[in-house]
Amino acid sequence: MKWSEFFTSSVGKKFVMAFTGLFLISFLIVHVGINACIWADLVDDSDNGEMFNKAAHFMGASYVIRIMEIGLFLGFFLHIIQGYMLEFQNRARRKKGYQVAMGSKGSAWYRKSMGLLGTLILLFLIIHIQDFWIPSRITYATTLGEVTYNNGAPIHDVYTKMLLVFSQAWVVVVYVLGCFSLAWHLLHGFQSSFRTVGVHNKKYVAMAKGAGIAFSIIVPLLFALMPISIYFGWVNNN
Amino acid sequence: MEHYTMNLTLKVWRQKNSQEQGRFETYQVSDISSEMSFLEMIDVLNERLIKEGKDPIAFDHDCREGICGACSMYINGRPNGPWHANTTCQLHMRAYKDGDTIVVEPWRANSFPVIKDLVVDRTSFDRIVQAGGYISVNTGNAVDANAMLIEKDKADAAFAAAACIGCGACVAACKNSSAMLFLSAKVSHLALLPQGEPERKSRVLNMVHQMDKEGFGSCTFTEACEAVCPKEISVTNISRLNKEYMIAGLTEEK
Repeated sequence: MKWSEFFTSSVGKKFVMAFTGLFLISFLIVHVGINACIWADLVDDSDNGEMFNKAAHFMGASYVIRIMEIGLFLGFFLHIIQGYMLEFQNRARRKKGYQVAMGSKGSAWYRKSMGLLGTLILLFLIIHIQDFWIPSRITYATTLGEVTYNNGAPIHDVYTKMLLVFSQAWVVVVYVLGCFSLAWHLLHGFQSSFRTVGVHNKKYVAMAKGAGIAFSIIVPLLFALMPISIYFGWVNNN
Repeated sequence: MEHYTMNLTLKVWRQKNSQEQGRFETYQVSDISSEMSFLEMIDVLNERLIKEGKDPIAFDHDCREGICGACSMYINGRPNGPWHANTTCQLHMRAYKDGDTIVVEPWRANSFPVIKDLVVDRTSFDRIVQAGGYISVNTGNAVDANAMLIEKDKADAAFAAAACIGCGACVAACKNSSAMLFLSAKVSHLALLPQGEPERKSRVLNMVHQMDKEGFGSCTFTEACEAVCPKEISVTNISRLNKEYMIAGLTEEK
């Protein structure tokens, strides 16, 4: 069997979705860990975003990380394109629909709405890239200030940019809604990815389901708390 | 359970043949016994239609015991009606009350084209099975039943998968019109047994290929198929199928 046949069969296409999904889940762990550095301020009043800026600098300055970033964009690209193709192809499998729809009988709404939830996340992602990735990677000369720690070389002050962006209530609302979409998407996607790549043993399926519920609550909640804690002055309040 | 009779309004999909456009027709049926099966209720209506010189409603049926998988009606937004793990022939009218309106549709999927009224063409399932749902055995004297040892858990799991009657309710319920529950049951029950070993890799590759050729969709694990399956086939089989496909695709020597 050729690789092209393997990955373009109905099962192979789902492998692509599952593997890229799991890859993006691993990215979320790194992302939430780095961003959580903004809360260093809660235990050290003098931090003022130092830990976060240093972590953001590490993610931007290292060539290894920058190369991995290309892999990340590729992962996003494949997941999004394959997701839309599957959505449209699958919808076309039933040209004549039912008079009385099944609705949520037998399947929760979010399990059937991965395309919609994914689209909401994509819209959020565009806003998010516009707010942070482009300023910190491309237009930093005009959009970011610089800060120096311990007499070292100046680094980009992404922390101040965060404070500025999340001082606007509508932006905070958009980000929280983005996190809601992410939570529902993960609630199905996390466990479904494992089962798609062939995990069928009862104990592992139970683990994937349990971990999926925990992950889809904890990670989006942490992400949502970032703009909220900045907007309400829970961090950087000194 | 107390016996009662009821008057019902039926909205049934009528379609002369696969070429012509279909439409819903409304029928009033009266004095329907709560002890009738759903198909018997349609029989009563059909007898009346024949007496009136009209074309009776065409529907698939065979055993009327819930084991053949022939009857296939999408009733009020659910394959085989409201009861769990049930076929249409085993749905009884006590599921309804006097004055109810029941909408009856055929399975809807491009791969199950309507032949007439509520009868759909499910030969796509036959072609999937022909692509690999078999085993090779030596002919001649029957081998002693206990000559090949099989672990009890595996035998049970294989038997549970083999309970699939190929009715197509999984396809009818799936938002993607996916046949993965059906296919996974067919692949699993042979993959779990030593008799299925010789064609293990070619079976899964050929059957998935045929399924795609027939135009069924992909599985997105909504689990609607499992919820409506008359034989309670588990979606666990779909994960097993995917594992079989991955191993076969990666290790096949061609």
